[in-house]
Amino acid sequence: MIDLAKTFDTGAGQHPAVRGVSLRIQPGEVFGVIGESGAGKSTLIRLINLLERPTSGQVLIDGEDAGALPPEGLRRLRRRVGMIFQHFNLLSSKTVAENVAFPLRLEGRLGPEAIKARVAQLLGRVGLTSHAGAYPAKLSGGQKQRVGIARALACEPTVLLCDEATSALDPETTRQVLELLAELNRELGLTVVLITHEMDVVRQVCDRVAVLEAGRVVESGDVVDVFLNAEHPVTRRMLGQDDEPPVAGMGRKVRLTYRGKAAHAPFLSRIAKETGVDFSLHSGRVAQIKGEPYGQLTLSLDGAQVDEALARFAAAGIRVQELTA
Amino acid sequence: MSALFAPLFANVDWGDILRATLETLAMLGGSLVLTVALGLPLGVLLFLTGRSQMWARPALHSALSLLVNILRSVPFIILLILMMPVTLALVGSSLGVRGAIPPLVIGAAPFFARLVETALREVDRGVIEAVQAMGARPRQIILGALLPEALPGILAGTTVTAIALVSYTAMAGVVGAGGLGDLAVRFGYQRFQTDVMVVTVVLLLVLVQILQMAGDCLVSHFSHR
Repeated sequence: MIDLAKTFDTGAGQHPAVRGVSLRIQPGEVFGVIGESGAGKSTLIRLINLLERPTSGQVLIDGEDAGALPPEGLRRLRRRVGMIFQHFNLLSSKTVAENVAFPLRLEGRLGPEAIKARVAQLLGRVGLTSHAGAYPAKLSGGQKQRVGIARALACEPTVLLCDEATSALDPETTRQVLELLAELNRELGLTVVLITHEMDVVRQVCDRVAVLEAGRVVESGDVVDVFLNAEHPVTRRMLGQDDEPPVAGMGRKVRLTYRGKAAHAPFLSRIAKETGVDFSLHSGRVAQIKGEPYGQLTLSLDGAQVDEALARFAAAGIRVQELTA
Repeated sequence: MSALFAPLFANVDWGDILRATLETLAMLGGSLVLTVALGLPLGVLLFLTGRSQMWARPALHSALSLLVNILRSVPFIILLILMMPVTLALVGSSLGVRGAIPPLVIGAAPFFARLVETALREVDRGVIEAVQAMGARPRQIILGALLPEALPGILAGTTVTAIALVSYTAMAGVVGAGGLGDLAVRFGYQRFQTDVMVVTVVLLLVLVQILQMAGDCLVSHFSHR
């Protein structure tokens, strides 16, 4: 469990990068922090392994105050917290295998033979066995990030910090890397904290999300809830929800939000037929969040039984919001 | 063969040339090893004490930087003479090849330290951050990551320094250290023996070429960017 409590970081002095943020990250979850550039995401994630020192507040990892640790204790903590980076940050002077072996050598716990075996196992896990002797410069972005992941996992951490880990990758490679992270989360029970500016990343892998703006958390909760009920302008902007065209025309404008099984039911046409209301669709999206289908439609309803139709939507487990035109 | 060339190089005493070549090589070898031994830690210290680095110490950094600048601004020929008492105390003589090595080192080490500092600045900060995030000790960061990552740059700096040392050794004649440069000045220039001048300069050129090629080879061998 990671607790960030009332963290005030004043980096250069007058402009704190992160202010009054209080987060609790549960073991085994994938926690996303999303925000636009300059929101303080990088500072926030670096507070967890104390690459950035908070000027006030505490970082608790499994109840242990990370800021109060002596240097040796902090180094031990950092071995329990792996980290991967946007630009991979591999040692260019070392081969893939040497990069993965590096944290094990630093730790000094395993002998050369055990390190060799562990490196082979890690490279197998990320599918890079055949590239063990290559230098990072010869690898593609996705391969480099997989080396980064293998290196971060070398000392069997319980937490993996991902600093914009997919931002330098193309969409298909991003999907593969996120898939790998999700697998590691499932199979090893690894807690993953990732920061990103891409909503798609959060949607694909995160369980919970916090939206950061100007160093403050403006919205947080389960990903589905935050996505479907986004209140804050920043969240809505990042979701692309602020560009819904203004709805002209007749009737009452409503937004219907549904998820899970409801997404597969033909509720719209059924209720329209039953109540005899006419509807026109203005905008909508139907997609999946971490495998769960959801939909959000903006439409206007016209007819004698609009109230009845709205009640039936609600009865079918659909959230109904009436919008003012 | 030698009869054929004899008229062409009438003034050239090949025994002298050989001795001078060996003197130059001895001065170069001895001073290069010591320059690296002294300049490398100094360069690392300059880098690490710099602004927003691992051991940021502005006062120490300014002091080191000033010392380096002072030593670099003294013309080598002056340094050679100024250093005489120190050289005498250090190696027991202020003359000959041995007497030339301390001033060569003091002249070249600050220059090399700056090149090391520059090479270290080229190392990606993100890489160092990643190593810190792994829980590395300062010694592990320096020896395991910083220096290996900067190695191509440091080798290139060593090549430049070695070639600068070759030209410094030409002035070492002042303390009777001999060498090819000294031969060129005393015979080629002062006695108008153009043939001696040509031979020594060609040998120096060959030496510089070999140093540059060897340096380039090492740099490309260790560079994996």
